[in-house]
This record gives sequence, C-alpha cells and structure tokens, in this order.
Amino acid sequence: MIQAIAFYLFAGVVILSAGLTISSRNPVHSVLWLILAFFNAAGLMVLCGAEFIAMLLVIVYVGAVAVLFLFVVMMLDIDFAELRAGFVRYAPVGVALALALAAEVVIGFFGYTAGGVELAVKAAPLDPTIPNIEGIGRLLYSRYLFVFEGAGLVLLVAMIGAIVLTYRERGGVRRQSISSQVNRRAKDSTRNMQPAVGQGVEL
Amino acid sequence: MTSFFENSVGMPYGWAWFTATLIGILVIALPLMLAVAMIIYADRKIWAAMALRRGPNVVGPFGLLQSFADGLKVFLQETIVPSSANRGLFLLAPVITFTVALIVWAVVPFAPGAVVANINVGLLYVLAASSLGVYGIIIAGWASNSKYPFFSALRAAAQMVSYEVAIGFVLISVVLWAGSFNLSEIVTAQTGHVFGLLNGFGFNPLLFPMAVVFLISSMAETQRAPFDLTEAESELVAGYQTEYSSMSFALFWLGEYANVLLMCTLNATLFWGGWLPPLDWAPLYYVPGIIWLFVKILLFFFIFSWVKATVPRYRYDQLMRLGWKVFLPLSLTFVFLVSGYLMLQRVPL
Repeated sequence: MIQAIAFYLFAGVVILSAGLTISSRNPVHSVLWLILAFFNAAGLMVLCGAEFIAMLLVIVYVGAVAVLFLFVVMMLDIDFAELRAGFVRYAPVGVALALALAAEVVIGFFGYTAGGVELAVKAAPLDPTIPNIEGIGRLLYSRYLFVFEGAGLVLLVAMIGAIVLTYRERGGVRRQSISSQVNRRAKDSTRNMQPAVGQGVEL
Repeated sequence: MTSFFENSVGMPYGWAWFTATLIGILVIALPLMLAVAMIIYADRKIWAAMALRRGPNVVGPFGLLQSFADGLKVFLQETIVPSSANRGLFLLAPVITFTVALIVWAVVPFAPGAVVANINVGLLYVLAASSLGVYGIIIAGWASNSKYPFFSALRAAAQMVSYEVAIGFVLISVVLWAGSFNLSEIVTAQTGHVFGLLNGFGFNPLLFPMAVVFLISSMAETQRAPFDLTEAESELVAGYQTEYSSMSFALFWLGEYANVLLMCTLNATLFWGGWLPPLDWAPLYYVPGIIWLFVKILLFFFIFSWVKATVPRYRYDQLMRLGWKVFLPLSLTFVFLVSGYLMLQRVPL
C-alpha cells in the first residue's frame, strides 16, 4: 500500500519534471527540473531495493554531473529569439526522432511482454541476505573483472583526451612556485647594510 | 523504540515505526537547533577571545542569550525579495540549504543503536546529501540576479565539487578498513584499533594523514575560513547571501552552522572513535558514549573556530591547487597503501 503510493509519487514526479525539463523556457529551470527527475529516479531505485544504485545516482548525477551542467548553463548567454528562428527548419528532424523513439518504446513494450532474450548466461542469483553493495562488489571484481577494468581504462583515456584537447601552454604567465617560496630562507634574500648618512643603498 | 510502541503501547507495526521515527527526528532536530544557537555563541566567544575582545556579553548572563535575541530579531524583520530576482527560486534556496543540513543527521549514530536510520549505505547517504548542499548556494546566487552573489555561487560550485573528490577517497580508505558503509559499524570497527589499546582510526599511522586531509577538506566543504571565498567580504560583499534578509538569511545561517557541526561529528565518528572512549580501557566505558561523542564534537568545533580566528583567507587558485594537486594525489596514494596493507594481511606468510 505505502509502496504503491511512494511509487506513484516518485514516478509521477519523474514524468512531470522530465516534461518540464523540455518545456520550460529558461535553460536554468530546465536543469533544475532535470535534477528533480534524477532525484526521484533515485527514490524509485530505493523502492526496488537497490539502495547502492540510488545513492550513486544522487552522488554522481545530482552531485557532480548536474552541478557542472548548471555551471555551464548559468554562464551561457542564450538568445531565445535566435533559438526559435531555426524551429521550422529543424522541425522535420525533431519529428523523425520523436517517431523513432515512440516506435522503440512500443516495440520494447511488446518485446518485453513476449519474454526476454537470453543474450548471455545470467549470473547465479545471489544470497538475498547480503547487502547489495557487497553483491555488486563480488560480481564486479570476480566475474566481470576485465569488463570493469576495461571500462575504467576507457574513462582514463577519455580523461587524458579531454586534458590534451583543452590544455595549451601560455607564455608569459607568472606562476606561483610553492616549493621555492617555502624553501626560501632569510639569509638568501636579505642583506644587512650600513649605509653612510644620506647615501642610500644600491639594490 | 519501534518495538516499545508495538509491544507496550499496542500499535500495529506500521504506526509504531512511524511514531518512533517521528519522535527520533524531533529528538535530534530540536536539540540540534538549540545546539546551533549555542555553537554560534561559542564561535563568537572563541573568536573574540583570540582577538582580545569580549564578544557577546550583553543579552542574558555572559551573553548566553545573544543567539536567541538575534533569532527573534530576524524573525520579526521583513523578507525583501529584489524586484529582478527569480522569486520562486530565490525563496527556495535557503529552504534547500537548511533541509539538506538537517537530513544528514538521520544516519549519525550518537550511541550504540541510537540512530534514526541505521541504513547499510550510511556513508554514501552522507556523501549524497552533502553533495546536494551546493544547490542551495548555486540557486541563491543565480536567483538573486545580482553580480556578486553569482560570482559567489560559481566559486562555491567549483570549490565543493573539487573537495568532494578528496573526501570521497578519504572515506574509501576508512570504508576499506572498517569493511562497512554503515556508520555504526565503522565506529565499532574502531574498538581497540591500535594494538587493542586505542579506539579510533586516526591513531593508525596509515589513516592519520587521511584524518588530517578530511579535517581540512571538511572546512573547505562547509566554506569556513580559510576557505570562505564564497563570502569574501572584501571582494563579494557577502557572497550568495548579499540579497537575503530576515528569515531567508537566517536559514542560510542556521544551515551553515548545522553543517559545521555535522562535519565535526563526522570527523569524530569516522576517525576518532565516535561514541567510544579514546582508550580501550574498561573504566572509561562507564562514561556514557554520547558524552564522549559530544566532547569530541566540541573539540573539533574549537579547532574550526581556532582556524577561523587565526588563518588568513586563501586565494582562489591556491584553494584549487590544494584540492586537486595536493589532496587528490595524497588521498589516492593512501587508498592504494591502505588496500595494499589490508591485502597483505590476508596473505598467509
């Protein structure tokens, strides 16, 4: 009973906020609605008993990805008139995409009701008493170890690629060198002078 | 407590759970608000003492009621919403900050079994909730539709995301050693940690540097001095709070101090044994666990105030350097060291 109420609450808010993400005129509002959608999706995950995935969804998507999204969108200077000017030109593409998506949803629904396709041998059902962090950990680090490490490598390469693409050496920049500041001693940088009256010192 | 309402009062299980949880929330949230009021007073007194001033000393004995007077004052003020602000988001931002500062307390264990939600992903919940904290500030900065709050919001976003990376790795090394994400189990795993003598991961040479990194990162995460660039008054007026007044301002204020208290509690819980006494020695266990926890929290709060009173503010590039070039490699190295040591222990020699 309470699960059903919670499910319809979360699912309803996900759909509503997903709709508002698309339809709201202000891009910052769109991102905020998207965040609400992520958050409620995490609620759905909790209902499934996948609390680990739920927490990851909030930490990774809401806490990191969406913050960067918001960061970028807030700094964009978007001209709405210009955006709307291209609407008629791009409308056929949009309609085609929408049709493709709708067709996939329908096919997916009938495919699902017809029974699943066996793509690979399923992992043995785990002992239901162990928490799902442990369950996922045991599978990831034994059965799917190479796939997992491979995914890690792909991410590493992507990260290095992003750094290589955006990094540029700029000349004439004075950088702070913390170690030389810390290693500097008084005797290296000060001299005791006894100038005659009215003469001053040469620097 | 659920079983008390179920068996002694005779409620059905659902209602017993509901009542017990509601009481648990009130038992934590109401004293927390009182503690925040007193901790603001303590902060100002410590600060004043270090600057050879008197601090609040007019309202009530020793100025103890100063925070309540301030609270009453902001409560009676008018809430001003700037005409060009985004009204809905402008009013939502302090609510988000305040709510997020409160929800994390649900998983904090105060004594054996004394926790509202004893969930097995407790530490991840803490990370998730603290990563939500940044939204209050970003939304406040953006919705104010004013330059300085906006700069402040951008600074806050970059700062909190950067330091969460280091905090994540620190927490991983703690979790590796404790073998659990549950905060209560992390505390009990610290019993007699070093040769069966001391209670606390912080006494372990492999985890002590992580405790220091966590303490500094928690100052950055709560935007306390020396990392308070988001409200640097010489550059940004008051940062994201500039356009706020009355209760909407007070909610930011309360949320900020509730977060500081939370970070002190996490420092105490994750590295210094939480409710356990510092020595694993039987007579010390006669002192109730909650007293040990409070002593540790207050000690960390004193360190926070001390740092605020003595350390000058960082420059923004220095802040980023510390987060990305010092703490991130350091904590990553210690994740390797800790997991390597734990694996070595499993190998029969």
